[in-house]
Amino acid sequence: MTSSTIVLLLASIVAQSAPLMLAITGETITERAGVINLSLDGTMMFSAMAGFVVALRVQQIGGFEANLVPVLAGYSAAALSGALIALIVAWGSIRLRQDQVAIGFVLTLLMADLANFLGQNFTRIPGPSVKHIGIPVLKDIPFLGPVLFNHDLIIYLTYVIVFVAWWWLYRTQPGLRMRGVGERPASAFARGVNIGGTRYLYTLIGGALVGMAGATYSLDVKLGWSDNHILGVGWIALAIVIFGGWHPLRGAFGAILYGATKTLATALQQSFPEVPTVLFNTLQWLLMLGVLLLVGGDTLKRLVELAPKPLRRPLAQALRFAPPEGLGQTFFEE
Amino acid sequence: MRVELKHIHKRFGDVHANNDISIVFEPGHIYGLLGENGAGKSTLMKILSGYQPPSSGQIWVDGRTVSFHSPSDALRIGIGMLYQEPKDFPPMRTVENHLLAYDERLMLHISDASNDLLDAGERYGFENDPMVYLDTLTLGQRQQVEMLRQLALGAEMLILDEPTTGISAEQKDVLFATMRRLAHAEGKTIVLVSHKLEEVQELCDAVAVLRKGQLVGQRARPFSTDDLVEMMFGQSIPRTERPHFEDTPPVLLVESATIHTYSLTIEDINLQLCEGEVLGLAGLEGSGQKLLLQACAGLLPVRSGRIELDGWQVKGLRSPLAAGRWAAPLVLLGMTAWYLVRFLTGTIRGLQLAGGILSALLIAGTLQLVFMILNAWTSRDAYHEFRTRGGAYVPAGRLEEALVPGLTLTEHTALVDPELNIMVDWDGAKETISQRIVRFGIIGRPETKVEALSGGNQQRAMLALLKSPLRILLLEHPTRGLDVTSANWMWELFSERRQEGTAIMFISADLDELLERSDRIAVFSGGKLLGIVNARQTSVEELGYLIGGKVDER
Amino acid sequence: MSGEKLIKTLWPVLPIALALLVITLLLLVVGASPAETYGAMIDGAFGSSDKVFSTLAFWVPLLFCSIGLLVTFTTGLWNIGVEGQMIMGAIGASWVALKVAHPNPELSPWIVIPLELIAGAVFGALWAALAGVLKTRGGVHEIFGGVALNNLAIIATNFLISGPWQPPEGGSFRGTVPFSKNALLPLFMNTRFSPLSLGLALLALIAVVIALRGTAWGLRLRALGKSLRSAFILGVPSERGMIEAMMVGGMMAGLAGAVRTLSWFDSLRQSISGGIGFLAILIVLLAGSRPLLTLIIAFVFSVLLNGGTIVQLRTQLHSSLSGIIQGALVLFVLLFGDPWRLFKRRQPEPPPEPGPPEVLEEGAA
Repeated sequence: MTSSTIVLLLASIVAQSAPLMLAITGETITERAGVINLSLDGTMMFSAMAGFVVALRVQQIGGFEANLVPVLAGYSAAALSGALIALIVAWGSIRLRQDQVAIGFVLTLLMADLANFLGQNFTRIPGPSVKHIGIPVLKDIPFLGPVLFNHDLIIYLTYVIVFVAWWWLYRTQPGLRMRGVGERPASAFARGVNIGGTRYLYTLIGGALVGMAGATYSLDVKLGWSDNHILGVGWIALAIVIFGGWHPLRGAFGAILYGATKTLATALQQSFPEVPTVLFNTLQWLLMLGVLLLVGGDTLKRLVELAPKPLRRPLAQALRFAPPEGLGQTFFEE
Repeated sequence: MRVELKHIHKRFGDVHANNDISIVFEPGHIYGLLGENGAGKSTLMKILSGYQPPSSGQIWVDGRTVSFHSPSDALRIGIGMLYQEPKDFPPMRTVENHLLAYDERLMLHISDASNDLLDAGERYGFENDPMVYLDTLTLGQRQQVEMLRQLALGAEMLILDEPTTGISAEQKDVLFATMRRLAHAEGKTIVLVSHKLEEVQELCDAVAVLRKGQLVGQRARPFSTDDLVEMMFGQSIPRTERPHFEDTPPVLLVESATIHTYSLTIEDINLQLCEGEVLGLAGLEGSGQKLLLQACAGLLPVRSGRIELDGWQVKGLRSPLAAGRWAAPLVLLGMTAWYLVRFLTGTIRGLQLAGGILSALLIAGTLQLVFMILNAWTSRDAYHEFRTRGGAYVPAGRLEEALVPGLTLTEHTALVDPELNIMVDWDGAKETISQRIVRFGIIGRPETKVEALSGGNQQRAMLALLKSPLRILLLEHPTRGLDVTSANWMWELFSERRQEGTAIMFISADLDELLERSDRIAVFSGGKLLGIVNARQTSVEELGYLIGGKVDER
Repeated sequence: MSGEKLIKTLWPVLPIALALLVITLLLLVVGASPAETYGAMIDGAFGSSDKVFSTLAFWVPLLFCSIGLLVTFTTGLWNIGVEGQMIMGAIGASWVALKVAHPNPELSPWIVIPLELIAGAVFGALWAALAGVLKTRGGVHEIFGGVALNNLAIIATNFLISGPWQPPEGGSFRGTVPFSKNALLPLFMNTRFSPLSLGLALLALIAVVIALRGTAWGLRLRALGKSLRSAFILGVPSERGMIEAMMVGGMMAGLAGAVRTLSWFDSLRQSISGGIGFLAILIVLLAGSRPLLTLIIAFVFSVLLNGGTIVQLRTQLHSSLSGIIQGALVLFVLLFGDPWRLFKRRQPEPPPEPGPPEVLEEGAA
């Protein structure tokens, strides 16, 4: 394999992983605050459709030549949809004290159906897309340049968002409080933190990010809209949130891992066209089961024990895969 | 800071938990709030610390009324409370825990906060490591961390809710010394909530006694034990006679057992338990008693060594189909070999070989999956084997571990019935539980759901569900949260079991209970079994020091 | 009936009405006529005797899947994998049809059909058990196990249809070879409805209700569903119970798949499950796991499903409309179905536990 092919592959991985990464970051934030938003798959599809349709209509109605305004409009619509759907889950859980899983599951089906229903007139139509901007000086750095600095705008934004999410969660006071709410709502309450308000806020933010992730598909990585355009992606995202141990950076790593697998599979498929596509399709679901098995079983604990004694504590810390204790539970204020 | 409670009432539906209570707390003193479990002490202090609002009544601080919407309001005014289970964040580091909701600044200044913690630690005499994760600390250490946090935030009054449960005698001495210093030297107000007379007598300047929700009386130093007892109970408590125990055949054998979990490992445990004997497990929370108890019940695997119940080794999962795990690999190997042979002898081509291997993988894979399913389906847990052989394990968490919320008493009876037919005999179950309700004095009806029972009645229900006779009974904190009468009654029941020949092993944090009820006491400290002492020949002080880790050379 | 109970029973009408209102608004927004749409739906379900039997034919697999879900929900499990189990059931039945019935067309259907149904039930049960084992031994939550296995089942079907089981003329990729006559369920006159299948479904419902309420096994499952840990301590074998519950759930779903492939269709098709599995989850959620309501709501959803196909033909609206109606109904009832929670009526608080709170640490003393 030539170095240019490798560069192309790596660049492709960086780009392909972005939308999934956005969704994972969004859901990580939501779950860190203690709310499970199971509607991910449906929300992403709905917001992909909404983002595309709004962008398209704005472009047609406004007669815009450039893509910028329509795309912005599309993203806003997508983020708004994501946030609103997440709001339903949050409200149902916090105010009505209903089962988050049930509400999320119904929403995921409903939103997927709505997406297909409302989007049926817009299938397979070309539309606006996110602008490609190669960063001037940086993109000419050998090897790293084309891999990291020659992408569409939203790709850069995604990585920035991931970093900001990590920084907010682990380096700021509000982020610390949010983590406290997710871990031990009772203790956070005792310290005067507004449990409901915090959960609402971060569920909305997470939902907006998920919405943006959906739009990143229809406006960038998988242009356009079609029936069941990105079916299944949301479930993969949910699994990677777990794989990433509810940590933005590790979740991002999971996204890249997944993107790498997908890119490699596509590349291999091109090299060996006789192998039925079935195999590559199966791979992503086996991978999902694989990562969950890895995290769910004893393997990691045994790994920690095999390590030399001084390394054990930091390794155990790095490999913490426990969910926030308060995840999915309603908080009853006394 | 002068704090006054004026005519505090608190009602929960029909229950009048606090009935017209008025107390004055002057700064620079240590107060004791004494009363039996259920007397209303915790409720009152939760009101004072802002966790709950009173139904009526007022709280005055330095001559002004105050009202709290949350514990952090109270802390801002200067009233802090330390719960038995600290309200902290175990997966976080000490410094993070300290910083959470500490101030309104955006950034976390970790190094500043670390230094503050170290300074404060020196000032108040607590050792602490800001970078350590809270869930690696003992309960006592976490209490100290929480205390430091509240002092740093300006607490003038500290309420401690049963702080000596689960800490060693030495830690208790340190704690009491700190309390004295905080009150007498620094002018803070300390309130010690406890049901332990001796501690209150040792530490407090004044005492308020609650009984059944009412303030029965207040006294200042010096205290008269009889006076306090009468206020607490309204009567004197009869001491029950400990039954005599003689040589009997052994029931449980623990030999060089090592039990390992993520947070703790206990090694080389040796002990033996005979019929009708009572063994108490003493030690700080997190020293290994629960691990041993659960391992004996088959709930935790034994890493090395053995545990035997009547000669049967308590072992992990029993899989009758274990041999079947070889089926799939064998098939895979066999088929692959077959195809290889045919390929090498030229009977089939390369592509067919690939196809053959693929189908071998598929078939072997399916076989393996089927085996896994059947194996999981037929495996028998060690714990269930343990139960079949006459063992019983009663956990501490009543609704979390021992009873199923949502099911009625009758349903529980049917559930644990060993002679279960396909169709449940509801009438029979109802009959049985009705008898047991009478026998065990449970306040409830067969169709009552267990979560509607009070804590004490839930405990009675748990015992009512046990089989008879048992070979061994493992109890985790059997009398926790019970009043004296209920506790006595439970030990009467256990006494009966002893007569039947049941061996009993129990965990307790109450040194008095351990000394009074056990024949022998096994002392755990820091993950080691320090030794087994004869309960009749030891004292509270000695036991306390043993728990603290000091092995007495005798 | 007391006032409170009356309110509680009649109240759900409101969220249902609300859902229908929202759907009507949706139709108006996209420029469709609500009257025409609803009319088409009713017509599609009951318009002709043919269509009535179609509705019944949809009812049966919905019912089977729902019955299985009653068992898994009782055990506290989220059996999302019901779609995949249905597909595997269809594959199992097809396997018998193609390998046993097809080469032996003179074999009596009374031998073939039971074999097919058993195969379907077994395949479905094993697929569900697999998700169960992934959970108990692998720590993979049954939702994820279910989703992954669903997709793998779909892939398997496509593989079989376009590969080993493709029709001799190749090309169509929509289904396998049509099964021989003796492999198919007896249909009612010219419809695609099999009365036998409905009878089986009703029997299954009765059997499951009796099992859950009256047997020791059912009691154990109920205990597991309410508190896994407590049930275990009280002596209920939890792993075994969960796997058995999953197997029953999978068995029912497998029967649903078998019925669908042997009566509604005449071969294994690409979208053999048609979202029926997920729909069944919605049904049981809406019915609150109550058997009689499940029966009724399954029928209502079948009406919506069947009517939806006609709506698509007549009004150019997307076929997902019926899914939207079903989803909206469940969502609104889930959110607004409990008037007490909605209007924040504070229950009197339970008295606090006297004494120190429980300190529970797994594995640490």
